Formats: sequence, C-alpha cells, structure tokens
Amino acid sequence: MWERILLRLLPASFRYEYAAEMGAIHAQRRRDCAGIWSRIGLCLEMTADLVVTAVAAHCEILRQDVRQSVRTLARSKAFTLAAVAVTALGIGATTAAFSIADHVLIRRLPFADVDRLAMLWESIPGYSRMEPSPANYRDWKSMNSVFESMGAYRGLLVNLSGSGQPESLEGSSVTADLFPMIGARPALGRVFSAGDDRDGAAGTVILSDGLWRDRFGGDSGVLNRKILLDGAAFTVIGVMPPDFYFPERKVPLWTAMRFAPSDFEDRTNYYLNVLAKLRPGVSAAQARQQMTLISVELERLYPKDNHKVTAYVGDLRELVGPRARVLLTALAAAALCLLLMTCTNLANLLLARGLMRRKEIAVRTALGAGRERLVRQLLTESMLLALAGGLVGIAFAAEAAPLLAKLVPNGLPIAETFSIDGRVIGLALLLTTLTGIGFGAIPALRTTDAAMSGLREGSRSGVGGRRERLRGLLVVAQVSSSVVLLVCCGLLIRALWQIENTDPGFRPEGVLTLRTSLPMPKYEKTAPRLRFYEQVLTGVRALPGVKAAGYTSFLPIVLGGGIWPVRVDGAPPDANAKDRASLRFITPGYFAAMRIPLVAGRDVAESDTVTTLAVAIVSQSFVRRHWPNQGPLGRHFRLLDTDWTVAGVAGDVRTRGLERTSEPQVYLPYRQIADGSLPWYAPKDLAVRGTGDPATLVAAIRRIVAKADPEQPVSDVQSLADLVATDSAPRVVHLRVLGGFAALAFLLAVVGIHGLLSFAVSSRTQEIGVRLAVGARPANIFAMVLRQGAVLCGAGVAAGLAAAYGAGMAMQAALAGVRPDDPITFLAGSAAAVIMALAGSILPAVRAVRVDPLSAMRSE
Amino acid sequence: MDPLALLPLPAATFHILLAVADSDRHGYGIIQDVAARTGGELKLSAGTLYRSIQRMLEQGLIVETADRPEPELDDERRRYYRITPFGREVARAEAGRMAKMVEFARASGFAPGRAHGRA
Repeated sequence: MWERILLRLLPASFRYEYAAEMGAIHAQRRRDCAGIWSRIGLCLEMTADLVVTAVAAHCEILRQDVRQSVRTLARSKAFTLAAVAVTALGIGATTAAFSIADHVLIRRLPFADVDRLAMLWESIPGYSRMEPSPANYRDWKSMNSVFESMGAYRGLLVNLSGSGQPESLEGSSVTADLFPMIGARPALGRVFSAGDDRDGAAGTVILSDGLWRDRFGGDSGVLNRKILLDGAAFTVIGVMPPDFYFPERKVPLWTAMRFAPSDFEDRTNYYLNVLAKLRPGVSAAQARQQMTLISVELERLYPKDNHKVTAYVGDLRELVGPRARVLLTALAAAALCLLLMTCTNLANLLLARGLMRRKEIAVRTALGAGRERLVRQLLTESMLLALAGGLVGIAFAAEAAPLLAKLVPNGLPIAETFSIDGRVIGLALLLTTLTGIGFGAIPALRTTDAAMSGLREGSRSGVGGRRERLRGLLVVAQVSSSVVLLVCCGLLIRALWQIENTDPGFRPEGVLTLRTSLPMPKYEKTAPRLRFYEQVLTGVRALPGVKAAGYTSFLPIVLGGGIWPVRVDGAPPDANAKDRASLRFITPGYFAAMRIPLVAGRDVAESDTVTTLAVAIVSQSFVRRHWPNQGPLGRHFRLLDTDWTVAGVAGDVRTRGLERTSEPQVYLPYRQIADGSLPWYAPKDLAVRGTGDPATLVAAIRRIVAKADPEQPVSDVQSLADLVATDSAPRVVHLRVLGGFAALAFLLAVVGIHGLLSFAVSSRTQEIGVRLAVGARPANIFAMVLRQGAVLCGAGVAAGLAAAYGAGMAMQAALAGVRPDDPITFLAGSAAAVIMALAGSILPAVRAVRVDPLSAMRSE
Repeated sequence: MDPLALLPLPAATFHILLAVADSDRHGYGIIQDVAARTGGELKLSAGTLYRSIQRMLEQGLIVETADRPEPELDDERRRYYRITPFGREVARAEAGRMAKMVEFARASGFAPGRAHGRA
C-alpha cells in the first residue's frame, strides 16, 4: 500500500516502464529479510530511495524538457518574443500596481505594535472626526483604562533662523509620550522625556535626518547646540534616522508640546491630533465602548461645551483618504484586468501555435511519446515563456516604480519612493507560475488532444468548433475587460473635467502667492505686525504691473480648516453646535487680488481697528444659512466671544478644495485681532495680482520683504493657478497611469481579435475558396469575417458594460459626483469597442477576400 | 558517439555494465551480482538501479533483450538487459581511465605496486 503511494511520486513514464519491476525487487528483498527491525529498516530505506529517485527522475525530465523547449522556442523567435512581451506587460503592470497599493494600503506602518495604535477624534454634530481640544484630551487620558499610553501632536509653523538663510518650516509639536509609544528611536541623542513637555521647561528640538543633513551638514556636533525657532533658543537633543516619518513625510523637526493652564480653558478649541496605544488584550471595540462612556460623563460635567460630543476611535490607516484608497484599488484592479488580458493573449498564441504544430506532435506521439510527456513538455514551454516574461515584467516594474511615486499620498508617515520587496516579487512569481500553468495547460491539453485525433483523421486542417469556441470566449473576455478599463477611465476623465470646471470662487490666473509666517514672540504684539504688513503691501502695490495685493490668514485649499462655531442672534442653542464657519483675517486688497466678488456692502478697511465697531464680511452661503431672504447687512453674530456686525457679503470660496463642500466663510479685518490672541490666524499668505506673468514679481517681492525684516523668510512661492492644480495633481497622475493601462488593454483586445480572425480565415481558406468558386461575392465573404468580429465584440461589450457599471459604483468616492452610469462615457466606451472590432477584423477580412479559389482548393 | 564523451561513468553505471558483461540479467539479478562482486559493499537500491538503466538505455550502453530464459526459471514481469558493443567500448574506456588513475596514484606513492617498489 505504502509502496504503491510512493510509486505514484515517480513520473508517469518512468512508473509505466519500471514500477512493476521495482515492486518485484522490493518484494524479493522483503522475503530475504527476517525480523521486524530489519523490515522496518527496509521500509525506511525503500521510502528514501523512492523519494530520491522520484525527485531525480522529475529533474531529469525537466532538464530534458527545458533543453528541448529552449531549442524549439529559439527556432520560432517571433512567437517567443511576442509571448514574452505580452506576459511581461501583464506581470509588469500588475507588479507595479501591487507594489504601490501594498506600500500605501497594506504594508504595516513602521511603528512599534502598530496593530494596537489608534487615532482618537472628537465627533461633534456635522463632523465625525474633529481634532480634540486639550481639555478633552487631558480628561480622556486620565479617565480611561483601555489605553496603555496616549499622546498628542499638532502642526508647527516656525521660522528657523540663526545660521544661514532664515527658513520657514512646517514641523510638528509632540507630547513626550508620543515617540516612545510608536517605538521611535533617535539616530543621535535622545527623544523627548517627561521634563521636556512641562510648561516653562527650556526649549528642546529634535531634527529630521533631512534637515540635519541640509542645514547642519550632517555634523554630529549639532547635539546640545542652540538653534533659533521664531527667535527663541531651542537646544537640539536628537536627530531621527532617515526612514523616520511622523506624522507626515515631510516633517523636518519636532518640538515638545506644552500646555499652559489657559490651554485647558476652552473645550471647543479643536487642534490636537491624538494617538493612543491599546493595552495588550484590549480590543478596539472595548476601547470604543469605554470612550463612549467617558464621553457621556464629560457631557454631563460640561453640558455646554461637550454637547453631543463623543470620542471616535479610528484606525491609523484612515489617514489614507477614501479617494486615494479608491484610486489605488482601481489601479490594482485595472492591472489585474490587464494581466487577465495578457494571459488570454498568451493562451491564444499558444493555442494557435499548438494547432500549427499538430503534425509535429502527432509524429512524436507516433514515435512513442506518451501524452503525459507531451503535455509536460508543452507546459514546460509555456512556463519558460511565462517565467521569461515575468522576469522582464518585474524588471520593468522596478524601473517604473519611481514614476508611480507621485501616487503615494503625502499625508502618511511613509517614504515617497517604494521598493519592490520580496513579498511583491513572490506574488509576481506566483502569478507568473499560475499564468504559465493555467494558460498553458488548456492549450497543451487541446493540442495533444487534437494531435491524437489528427493522426487518426489524417491532416485535414479544419478547426474544431469546440476549440474555436474556447478561443472566442477568451477574446470576449479580453474585449469586456478592455471595455471596463475604457469606461472607468472615461468616468475618471469626466470627474477630472467636472473638477476642473468647478468654480473655486476666485480667479487664479495671474496671481502670485507666497507665505511670510511671522515668528511669534517677535510679532506677538499687533503693532510690529501691522508695520510689517503695511511696509510689504505698500511696497508690493507700488511695483509696476501689480494690480492688487492682500494678506490672509490662510489661502483657500492650502488650509481647509480654521473652523469656528458661530452663534447668530436669537437662534436656539441646540442649532448652534452645527453652525460653524471658516475664519480668516484679511487685509484690504485681498478680495481684489483674488477676484472674490463682493456682492453687497463693503470690503474690510484700514479704518476697521480694535477701537472701532467689530465688522465682518461673510460669504453668500453664510447669509443663505442664517438669514435666508433677509438683508444681511448690519446683522450681528457671535464668534470668538465677540459680537460682529456684517458689513459686506462676498462670493463663496471652495476653501477645502474643488472636490469637497466647504463651510461658510467669515472674513475679519486684520486690524481687529487683539494683541497676542490667535497668533496662528495672523495673516501670513500674500496674494498678488499682476498684469503679466506672476513669476516675474518674485525677486522684487523678496527684496521688499527683506527690507521690512531681514530675518523674515519667504516660503511657498507659487502661482495661484499651480496651487489649484496641486489639488487635483494626484488625480491627473493616476488618470495617466490608468489611461496607459486602458490604451494597452485596447491594443491587446485588437491584437486578440485580429489573431483569432486571422487564424480562423487561414484555417478556412479552402471553405472560402469553395464559396468563391460557387459564386459567393467577395462582399459576402468580407461581411462574413466582419460579422464574426462583430459577434465577439458585441458579446464582450455587453459583459464589459455591465462590469463597468459595477466598477463605477465601487469607484464612486473618486468620481466627484459623476454618475457611475454616465451615458456619454458608456456610449464612448461602446464606440471604442466598435473601433476595436473593426481594427481587429479588417485585415483578416481583406485576406479572406483575396483568397484565390483555385489554389485554395488545390492545396487540399 | 565517442565513448570518451561519457567518461567518467557514475559508479553504478560501471557496476551494471560489469554485471551484464558476460550474460543477460534482469534487475534483481544485477543487484545480486553487484553485491556479490563487491562482497556486499555496494547494494544498489531499486531506484538507483532503474534510473541508471533508463539513462543507459537512452545512451545505448545496454538494450532490453527479447531472449528469455527457460520458462520454469522465468518471471514474466522481469525484463532482461544485454550489453551493446558500444557499452563494451565505454566500459573498456572507463577501465582504461581508471587504470591510468591508479598508475598516477602509484607514481605519487598512494597505491601499492611497481612504481612504489622502485622508489
């Protein structure tokens, strides 16, 4: 019994020849030995012998087959090249798409115990994930028992000065528990300890590897040196390794976050990001449960501030936005589609070649080669092709990886460039093997099948209906996958158009923007700040070619946040929680520079100061929301504990970017910020509208800024048009990649149709000859071939459109409001399929018409 | 084919050639002959034997023979193998190669014999 199982391990041809005799020898041996132990020994010996023999025999056959295949493939170079190229395309595209999807969506973030890390947010009516306020953070931290540690961080805008050019940096300020929690270790020095984030402790800073190299020449003597951040001295205590990113890729430095007692006063001051680590054994569901209880308790204690505020326990991966997630998934799906298409093309190539080689194979069968050996030989051939294609494909993907780096979202703690690691290569090789076996097996079985029967029937070269149906099915699959890709691409193009045609609420052409973020202790008082603005704006407005210039706290799109609750006279308190507006302080000239229309009332004026009436310009949506069908001018609302009077109404602006809905906007005069309050909102973004190319103004504006304050850096210089374009830049790159895939798919489908029809025509030459001889008109023959193409295409389009609708539904998050059944796109996809069918069938049809009846029948 | 191209022969192949040198033998017969010749030192396993036989058939060193022994001694499952003239040539070439190796070994004092005695 055992022996029989072991014998099955041997290759069939070997088994067929020698198994009986080997069995006889084993039987003889068993008879010769006595005693249980020697029998067991014999059994073990036999097992080892048979296993070794089986492996060796298989290797031997493989060696022979590989040698034979290389010889055969080298003889038909065109076929080999085509097959390798087709496979390389599919495997390459899939590998590249998978490695980026893996990098962004799948691979674990590079933090210690990343599975136990959670992001904590506040859910307030209208916003599911709001940055928690320091007071709620402190209470969560002290009241919970589910998290082992909890830390907070926030963005930090600082001017680094002292050595070299002053530079404006977007760093991060973190609590001391944060770095130990994510297992971050410095390359030099130390990370923050509890002493660093106490209110009033001496300033300490940790540098990123990039900043350390660029600014400090990679000098390890930088430790304990003092650097100036916004004019204050900070001691460098550590340098992080090059592959450390937190919370985003480009963060150049970290300072310790301190809370002054005053920070805990306002529970609605939302600005922290909170990261927490679950205790071992505690599930996210348990944590959610407890955080909900804590929220209820906090609402009971602070019914006004924490009204309807709950805690949201989220996954770290939610940092990848739904749009990026959908786009990357679509990319991977498209790559799989392309792989399927290349595989079917490979199978079709192999089938056609197999039919061509029927005679050769029939002869080899006649010479005594068993079917198993022939199938094995053909499979070795297809495996070799697939492996060669796979290796070329992987190399191609490794080359293409840097081009895809733009698709890696910036807001993640991962590197921009990604490598193709062992797992992805493993997957690619697995796919390659499956391709080779899966798409080689059917042709191999069919070919040997045909050869066996071919030998019996003689050499009539008709093509069996079953075989042609299979090839037809493969082509239908190709057409439908390419239709899916084309339609998805079309939908994304429509979405991009939609976005590009969205009115941002301002006119970006001809506007230069730049940032001068004023360092805070130095500019805490409004007087020096106002002097700076006045000096810069006067200088800039005097430049030739400048039509208007103005400052704002944050340009639209650059910052979507800055949202505050507003309270309008007489509104019931419950509704208040939902009424929020995005707040900006602006100088006169900002609306003119941006061409944001003033629809009623007046602009902010230099005469609006702390001593005059507090006035505000609100957006049209603000008016629609609070005073529908009423005159808004002169009405009041409360914001920042101040009563504001509406002096003007401006057009709506897409502050959160073109694809998202934005809150109503409130603009306040820059002179009405009280001394030392809201330093983050101090105007820092300058917009300058010129008559010509805005880039020509940069040098002059830099000089003006340097004259106003030689230590003040200028950063983020770009045209407003570029700034708007960055908003949809990942989408454009993504569309290009997907478009490339769709074009390839289109081409592959054409090749597939062409291949099938050419083969059908050449194997039906005699039939066509007879038809022509008995009087069929060439037009009929032409139509016959085209009809075949049309049927294949029609079936493919029907299946493809249905699948495309499904894909469109799945992609809805990335479609910016374009319906997934957009008729124009679907029509365009079908039209492309018609072109595909025509392009694929025209040459075979022409060849069919050119068949010479006489020679066609003579060859029979 | 040049007999020298197959040299050096794997030990099992050489032993099988020796076993079938004077009479046709079946598989188990070969195993027994080899064991007897080497005083039980080399016991070919069934796997090694048939893998060698398969290759030797392909190389034309041996052939399967249709001649069977007397029916009362025969087992119909058995196949008998006979050495070919080419097989003899190869075996001779291998023996010559080995003899030469032994010469070399003697010259270096690694083996007993004339060269060693003279020294």
